[in-house]
Amino acid sequence: MKTPLPPIERVPDCCRGGLVSSILPLLLFGLLCLAWPRVVQGNIFAVQWAWVPSLDLDLAFRLDGLGLLFGLIITMTGFFVSLYASSYMAGHQQLGRFFFYLHGFMLAMLGIVLSDNLFLLFIFWEATTILSFLLIGFDHHKTAARESARQALLITGGGGLFLLMGILLLKIAGESMTISHWAASGDMIRDHALYPAVFICILMGAMTKSAQVPFHFWLPNAMTAPTPISAFLHAATMVKAGIYLLMRFHPLLGGTSLWMATLVIIGGTTALWGAIQALGPCDLKRILAYTTLMALGVLTLFLGGRTVLSLTAAATFLMVHALYKAALFLAVGSIDHQTGTRNLDHLGGLVKSMPLTALAVAAATMSMAGFPLFFGFIGKEIMYEGALAEDMFPVFATVATLFANSLMTAVAAIIFITPFMGFGRQKMDPVKEAPWTMRLGPAVMGLLGIVFGIMPEWVSAHLIQPAVFSFQPDREEIRLVFFHGINLPLVLSILTLTLGSVIYRYRTFLRHRMNTAIDRLWITTPGLYQSGLDNFLRNAGIFTNTIQNGSLHFYLFIIILTLVMAVGWVWLPHVPGILIFPVISGPLIAIGLFAFILASTGVVVFAKKRLSAIGGLGGVGAGVALTFMIFGAPDIALTQLLVETLTLIFISLVLLRLPPMDAVKKRSRSRTIRDACLSLVAGLLLTTLMMGILQVPLDRNLTAFFEANSYIAAHGRNIVNVILVDFRSLDTLGEICVVVLAAWASVTLIRRTKEG
Amino acid sequence: MTNLLILPILLPMVFAVLTILFRTHHRHANTMAIIGAVLHLFVSCLLMAAVLDRKVISLWVGSWPSPAGISLVADYLGAIMVLVTAVLHTAVVVYARIDITVRQIQSGFYPFMLLLTAAICGAFLTGDLFNLYVWFEVMLMTSFGIMVMENPAGRLTNAVKYVTLNLVSTMVLLTGIGLLYGLTGTLNLADLHDKAARVENTALLTSTALMLMTAFGIKAALFPLFFWLPASYHTLPASVAAFFGGMLTKVGVYALIRLFTLVFVTQTHITHTALMIAGILTMVSGVVTAASQMDIRRILSFHIISQVGYMVLGLSVLTPLALAAALIFMVHNIIAKANLFLVGGLMHRVTGSFHLTQMGSLYKTHGLLSLAFFIPAFSLAGFPPLSGFWGKLLIIYACLESRHYLSAALAALVGLLTLFSMVKIWSEAFWKPSPRSDTTPAGEKLSFWSLAPVLCLCLFTVLLGLFIEPVLQLALVAGEQLLNPAAYILAVKGGG
Repeated sequence: MKTPLPPIERVPDCCRGGLVSSILPLLLFGLLCLAWPRVVQGNIFAVQWAWVPSLDLDLAFRLDGLGLLFGLIITMTGFFVSLYASSYMAGHQQLGRFFFYLHGFMLAMLGIVLSDNLFLLFIFWEATTILSFLLIGFDHHKTAARESARQALLITGGGGLFLLMGILLLKIAGESMTISHWAASGDMIRDHALYPAVFICILMGAMTKSAQVPFHFWLPNAMTAPTPISAFLHAATMVKAGIYLLMRFHPLLGGTSLWMATLVIIGGTTALWGAIQALGPCDLKRILAYTTLMALGVLTLFLGGRTVLSLTAAATFLMVHALYKAALFLAVGSIDHQTGTRNLDHLGGLVKSMPLTALAVAAATMSMAGFPLFFGFIGKEIMYEGALAEDMFPVFATVATLFANSLMTAVAAIIFITPFMGFGRQKMDPVKEAPWTMRLGPAVMGLLGIVFGIMPEWVSAHLIQPAVFSFQPDREEIRLVFFHGINLPLVLSILTLTLGSVIYRYRTFLRHRMNTAIDRLWITTPGLYQSGLDNFLRNAGIFTNTIQNGSLHFYLFIIILTLVMAVGWVWLPHVPGILIFPVISGPLIAIGLFAFILASTGVVVFAKKRLSAIGGLGGVGAGVALTFMIFGAPDIALTQLLVETLTLIFISLVLLRLPPMDAVKKRSRSRTIRDACLSLVAGLLLTTLMMGILQVPLDRNLTAFFEANSYIAAHGRNIVNVILVDFRSLDTLGEICVVVLAAWASVTLIRRTKEG
Repeated sequence: MTNLLILPILLPMVFAVLTILFRTHHRHANTMAIIGAVLHLFVSCLLMAAVLDRKVISLWVGSWPSPAGISLVADYLGAIMVLVTAVLHTAVVVYARIDITVRQIQSGFYPFMLLLTAAICGAFLTGDLFNLYVWFEVMLMTSFGIMVMENPAGRLTNAVKYVTLNLVSTMVLLTGIGLLYGLTGTLNLADLHDKAARVENTALLTSTALMLMTAFGIKAALFPLFFWLPASYHTLPASVAAFFGGMLTKVGVYALIRLFTLVFVTQTHITHTALMIAGILTMVSGVVTAASQMDIRRILSFHIISQVGYMVLGLSVLTPLALAAALIFMVHNIIAKANLFLVGGLMHRVTGSFHLTQMGSLYKTHGLLSLAFFIPAFSLAGFPPLSGFWGKLLIIYACLESRHYLSAALAALVGLLTLFSMVKIWSEAFWKPSPRSDTTPAGEKLSFWSLAPVLCLCLFTVLLGLFIEPVLQLALVAGEQLLNPAAYILAVKGGG
């Protein structure tokens, strides 16, 4: 358990940087507000510069209703979070890096929602992945932080690769990379043969980023990040990037039964699973993380529909959730910061010592639970309308939404009542209220939850409708109203509250049952991830030790085997033809020489003593030299003889110093046979290749040139010499280098070995 | 004008001789080597400028006419590779100032490095198959010499494996060249393009092609021929490992690209299918083996293999886009990978170890070094907008476009596993608290000379990513030049 940090009386110097830097999000928020009225009127701001025209990648930015909605959420939470962090993180050593990453992330996130080019969007997408990695692992001295950071990076990074493939497939299918051009071309893509592949790839990208089942588990683990980060990245903004992606792709890929069925099922499952698990933990942040899963699932579920109602439900709930969830995270951070714990079992009675935070949490949880007068109520009504209007599986959607919402109500009650009203199991030290920088955010966002709840018409006209119109081309009018009259959604809302209170009543029992049930699950994705990683590493180790086992003999065997297989693949079928009709010509002495060379080779292979092996080698060399002699190339024969003699002397010098052959360990019989077979096949292939080549008439172009020009142009009688020193002198220069270098290296080697 | 072609080869040779003279004055030797590297960089830029505008230039050494002599040719591919070599060489030589011991300099470190550079440039520029073989031999000898320069007791076993396996490659290569000469009667690559197309016995030609593929496959460290690389790289000084790791395998890849676009293009259903299988296996096996390692240099060495797979995959798809992708990937990888080896050296300097379990806290103590690792590492893992992202994107795009869906998916998966390894290094060496709290020397300050080359290479990685459009245009032209070698052949046969 962490020791409580001393409460902060005044703003220390080190966090002025944080205060100053929160001007950036405020400024951006102001700019978006300036553009807001014009966007509501249907104007669109767009800029474009060329970057990589060969790939259709332009620096194209576009502000429409959807971008505005996301932009406002991002900059607003960004402002509150950096204000908050300036106190929360005060005294941390790496504060500069923290704010650099935080604001870098905010800009990247804005980049995602303002890009009008798919590649550009992807680049910002990956940037958020990396920054999220750096921020989750910000407390990098903790093993858990490092582990979670890696997990989040691998999962979202893997999803990023899917997304990349999806984008490329889309491009190959002939689709424009400019997002605003999509509205017109949806039918072409939906009928394209590549559609399922594109859909799955894009969906995988969205699912990993937005933590849908079965990739959800990285999100609760990411709670090891500092709380401002959890509030900003893993509740309000980054995890919504996948939702944003699905919204943008809705006009292009949406509306097919594949799209609808998949999204409704995945979204519904995620919502239920997240909501159920939210009952489990005692850590407030983890509880919030699971409720985020529920929210993300619900959003996905509604994006599965194609009616205006269900899309409106998604956009509305997005706002509802961003407001209450960011407020709750920040408030939980305040509790943690002021008391030193965020464990439910240790908290209680905070309403007296932290009254303002309590108020903000009260407002946020009421919105979360969906009480009338709060924005959450509006959200819930439209959610039930949307769920009932789904094209695929409306009953499943409605039931999933109902249960998820009821569980949310219960969790909201837990979050508020336990720490603020109840009595802690242990006596708490006197707690001070958090500084104003940390109270402002939750308070304002809690207040907005009420304001929006009272005037839903204004919200729907100024935020929801422009946003939905950007990805729903039908443009039916959208109105959120405070009271719909008595209808099915209202009944469902009342049912939600009732069910919620029942669940709250039996929370301890349910938590216990659920935790044991989850422990008994024989297969879970976090478990699969872990065991998959372990298995991969173990097998990688085995594979490496098998392959790179340090035995030169093994390496040579494999290399020659590869050579034999590569050449044999093509040449083996031709071998019989060559062997059956060999072209034997030439003088009798040549055949004698052939036999001599063969016999000498035999001596080398079967020799028991090194000296006889060296003798055999000499025989082979002399035989080859003599062959040149017979076929009228005395100059080459001379060269060959010289080289052979020198080589033999060197080899003898080295080999005769080694211990005698009988002292060396004998190889096993099977291995010898294996090696012999391979050598024979290799030899067979090479010989038949040579014989094959000999059947092809030789192009004597070069020979003719050398014969003609050696004496006349190059003034030399010995053609070999002339070739070496003149025609191909560059080769000779290289070879001279080789000889000198070899000599130098050996001298160094000998000297150093002696010294050592 | 075409005499410019010999300079990237000749200049390092001249400076190699000069540095031999300064062998005992190690400061002067380093200065001399830096001057040589900068001049080399300058002529490489000139060469690049000379081929811009889709030109191919060639030079017949000694003015012996086609096809008896040796031709040097520079097209986009060759010139770009020479330029990248020069950039890396300069950075490495500057870094060597702090990395290389006096004894190594006395044993001839600089002459060997300069000759290695000359040989690499020779391989990139030569238009003659046998000459290519000669440059490979020079490369082998110089790299072996550098390997055994100090601490031979520790490195000799590895160096012997290195040299033996590479000699096998050389032997196979020589045999292949002999067979090809027997079939066509020429060694000039441009001439081979015409004559290989006229060979009637395609089985013989393809067998020869596969033999040469195996030979260069060993050099390029393809699966399952890569054994020499992990066996030897992990014991080298950082600057040497950086240069070897950056360049040596890429020369092999270059040779594969050259031969399998210029000479062996008639039986692509066999040769390029083989390349694709090899590329995929290399990609996957490299990244899997890397995941199991805990020593930074071993992780990086295995990753070299994996990324060679990407390049060969690009070659095997054989479209202008795929070849452009392979080229961009190669340029990116040479710089980023070498940079990581250099950073690894600095990490060793600070923590005293290459092993991840022994390192820690670097993020806290060495911010600039963390940045210097982060950029190339995440570039390697393919994050935008760094250079590696474009390489990966283009390879996957080219695969998808030509309907090699499995290859594309595997390329993406390998990207994810690369990320895994890079994150492992980051998490262990930079984030984890240092395991040796008692002896932490409060972070040794890294000098200007050690950080400057590393940060310059980082800048290169970033800029390559940001200004990808002109690079992509260049690479696409290079790809077209490779697939349609008319200009290359005209330059070689027309010039005399």
